[in-house]
Amino acid sequence: MFTIRVNGEDHTVDVPEDKPLLWVLREDLKLTGSKYGCGQALCGACTVHVDDQPTRSCVMPISAAEGHNITTVEAIDQQQIGRLVQQAWQELNVPQCGYCQSGQVMAATALLTENRSPSDRDIDEAMSGNICRCGTYARIRKAIHKIADEQL
Amino acid sequence: MLLLRNYWLGLSAALALLVSGGALAQSPLFTPIYEVLTHPRCLNCHTLTDFPRQGDERRRHDQLVMRGEDNHGAPTLQCSACHQEQNVAEDKVPGAPHWGLAPLSMGWEGMGPRELCTVLKDQSKNGGKDLQALLKHMEEDPLVLWGFDPGEGRTLPPVDHTRFVELLEQWVNAGGPC
Repeated sequence: MFTIRVNGEDHTVDVPEDKPLLWVLREDLKLTGSKYGCGQALCGACTVHVDDQPTRSCVMPISAAEGHNITTVEAIDQQQIGRLVQQAWQELNVPQCGYCQSGQVMAATALLTENRSPSDRDIDEAMSGNICRCGTYARIRKAIHKIADEQL
Repeated sequence: MLLLRNYWLGLSAALALLVSGGALAQSPLFTPIYEVLTHPRCLNCHTLTDFPRQGDERRRHDQLVMRGEDNHGAPTLQCSACHQEQNVAEDKVPGAPHWGLAPLSMGWEGMGPRELCTVLKDQSKNGGKDLQALLKHMEEDPLVLWGFDPGEGRTLPPVDHTRFVELLEQWVNAGGPC
């Protein structure tokens, strides 16, 4: 049995200790916003925040998640910057197929929370672990700059 | 014949000068340690670059992973975003406690045995470690231990960890000759 704090609420789950956090979120807690992409921390689709740090939930065993504050895309609008990111994403039509975008939103929110005026280089270094097969990178960059320039 | 003898005398003198000057002198006790420390399992994170390397070919780490100010990645793309305290995903994602780069002052890339040995022992560069502390680090640090048990699909340093510690003890007991 493991108790994890997700989006401000404690949840106790009876799962094997090596079950990845992603599958606890998706299967046990029915929080399906975080996506399964590669299962090897290579694509970023499964990105959640663990104590405010973007983390690949597909490779984090549930045993390692216990005792930490986990935030998923379902609650990112509870944060001012998360809300701004989602709004900018809509205004600029950032997503195409959308599959990677919850991970992109989580990474961008963490970046802008840590750095309110990121350079292109800062964006590259923070976001390069989040792969988009549709190639929406130019719109992602534009949206991050728009938030930084106009709203922070 | 005289010319040949003079040639050999000259060569010997030059060699003796190089050895006494330290250019070629090298402790046989450190040589096998050097072979371990320059193996990709160690060197990939003891870099002189602002990024880690990966694989036996020592390519730049995928995903534009950076060293960062604290040697643990960019502010919001930390090593721990992916690397857990143990290998995961059937060993495909390596992991060990405090996964990260060694500080730049502990980078060893491109160094020969004497230079690496000197840098290794330099307490202004090695985090203030004397020989005993170096031995302890390489005997016990879980990130060092990972290098000798890196999981499926990764090559191993030339000697196992038990032998490595024996070699280190011999080197330390001899005063850490370079």
